[in-house]
Amino acid sequence: MSAGVGPALVASGLAAVDPSVVLPLQVGPGAIGDLVFGALLWLLEQWYWLMDWVYYVTGLEMLNPDYRYMHRAVLVGLCVGVMAPLIGTFLVHRQLALIGDALAHTAFAGVAVGLFLNAVIDLGVSPYLTAVVVAMVAALFIELISEVTDAYNDVSMAIVLSTGFALGTTLISLNAGGLAVGVDQFLFGNLSTVSPRSAAILLVLFAVIVGTVAVTRNQLLYVTFDETAAAVSGIPVNWYNRVMVMLTAMVVVGAMQIMGVILVAAMLVVPVAGATQVSRSFSESLVVSVVLAELAVLLGIAVAYYGGVTAGGVIVLVAVGIYVGAVVLGKVQSARGEQEPPGVESIGAGDTDGAPGTEGD
Amino acid sequence: MSEQHSDPTTAAPDRRATTGTDPDTAADEPVVDLADVTFGYTATPVVEGVSLTVDPGEYLAIVGPNGSGKSTLMQLMVGLLEPDAGTARLFGEPAGEFDDGERVGYVAQHANAAKEMPITVREVVTMGRFPHVGFGRLSSEDRATVDDALATVGMSAFADRRITELSGGQRQRTFIARALASEADLLVLDEPTVGVDAESVGAFYDLLATLSAEGITILLVEHDLGAVVERADRVVCLNREVYFDGPTDEFVDSGALARAFGTEARILAGADG
Repeated sequence: MSAGVGPALVASGLAAVDPSVVLPLQVGPGAIGDLVFGALLWLLEQWYWLMDWVYYVTGLEMLNPDYRYMHRAVLVGLCVGVMAPLIGTFLVHRQLALIGDALAHTAFAGVAVGLFLNAVIDLGVSPYLTAVVVAMVAALFIELISEVTDAYNDVSMAIVLSTGFALGTTLISLNAGGLAVGVDQFLFGNLSTVSPRSAAILLVLFAVIVGTVAVTRNQLLYVTFDETAAAVSGIPVNWYNRVMVMLTAMVVVGAMQIMGVILVAAMLVVPVAGATQVSRSFSESLVVSVVLAELAVLLGIAVAYYGGVTAGGVIVLVAVGIYVGAVVLGKVQSARGEQEPPGVESIGAGDTDGAPGTEGD
Repeated sequence: MSEQHSDPTTAAPDRRATTGTDPDTAADEPVVDLADVTFGYTATPVVEGVSLTVDPGEYLAIVGPNGSGKSTLMQLMVGLLEPDAGTARLFGEPAGEFDDGERVGYVAQHANAAKEMPITVREVVTMGRFPHVGFGRLSSEDRATVDDALATVGMSAFADRRITELSGGQRQRTFIARALASEADLLVLDEPTVGVDAESVGAFYDLLATLSAEGITILLVEHDLGAVVERADRVVCLNREVYFDGPTDEFVDSGALARAFGTEARILAGADG
């Protein structure tokens, strides 16, 4: 974030202008929760300040200081652009591309549980928190099924997926008697409903995910590439699989705010598929997939803002466009590589960033 | 079952491993020690009453017809499966609880590895260091070990190639290099030459012979009998039970092959299969 302490005047002035950020303190029970939440809000303030600064320099209308929700949406988008391909890379190469979809639908059930509890016993929790909990439980469940049956079974995945969605719709319809709940924002995502509270939740998810992957990168890679050899070499494969699906559940809920339940899995898969086409090494593919995802997210949010359309859909369309570009680039690369092997290296990273850019415009 | 090694035919080769990487293990301890092991995925046992010890430095081949339990036996040896009855020990510890993973290098049929994954040869070989570094970072020593392993298998020139671009033989040499990078004392290979072209197979077995001469214990599961008879010191012929266990030259004359494989035994069938 903006390391700068910044003009304190601006920051404190903003806090006064935006009283909504001080209200929702229910995230964590007790003083520690309040403290963490306070720190995250402070981070958010710094982010606003940075975005204001970008606005004054570039004059981009979508970053107008009056539209704080856009600042939050961009922040959420940037975080999603890092964590979704990060986790997605490990999933895609284990042929688990669809697990994100299954977990997204169970996360919808989690949202419904949250809304239901809020309506019935006035709990006041964020539906995103209940979504995280329910999705992580479902993730563990899928993993345990696969351990017992010795394979990730697309049938069990499909069952979990539809159970989640069925539970969600049932709870929502039960709820609708009491108050009209808008589920559209959960189904399709919405830039303007990213509250400071859900942005704070996302920052926590982001820290947990990036931190876990940074620490266990080696083990996750080994398990992904060659599960048997990893097991022989003493890595507790089942534990890493469990960690992986739980992280997936977190990503899914984090990305749900702007992508929506239905499209969230695309962020796990599409940038990774694109990166696979043009990368040679695993490290390179991680970096490239993040770059592609960030491009898709930023372009998508911009198009959604100026065109007045739903961000989730546009982001996915841009991502698919980038993917198609990457496929073409990959073909060109391998065709050239066959002619002159030593030259391939230099084509790699440089062109990767350039080509999708032109593709997206 | 008590300690019972029903293995009189085997005179364990005298050649002792002198890799000397692990002072904490007793020198004469068998690398693998199976005692009356029985295992079945269902009620029908796939492996039944198998007892067998592998001493340090041996070059042992396990042969048998398809579905004879060769791969299962190998998985029991390295602790991927737990025996239903009997005991399996690896470097003197129960195989299932064995946690000194870097001592075992595992090379599967290349089909097992994620095929479409973008990953370079060097990255694959570096995985061999992961059990050593845990959550830490690779040191320059680790990288040097990786370079050495690449050089040993003759893959240095391909270090930055994407593994999907390699031939079957090159890929298998990469996996051997990974095992070498982990400084394994025991190399376990499960039908490593399936899908590898005939020329590379020869070079591949030469590499194994070199490693064996250096004192690494080699456990080879093979369906290509010709390759086995030419190279290994000792053969175990398996079809649910052990049909033969002894020096390779006795194996050819023993008739165990015909009994294990049934009537259509093709001794030294060579390159087909």
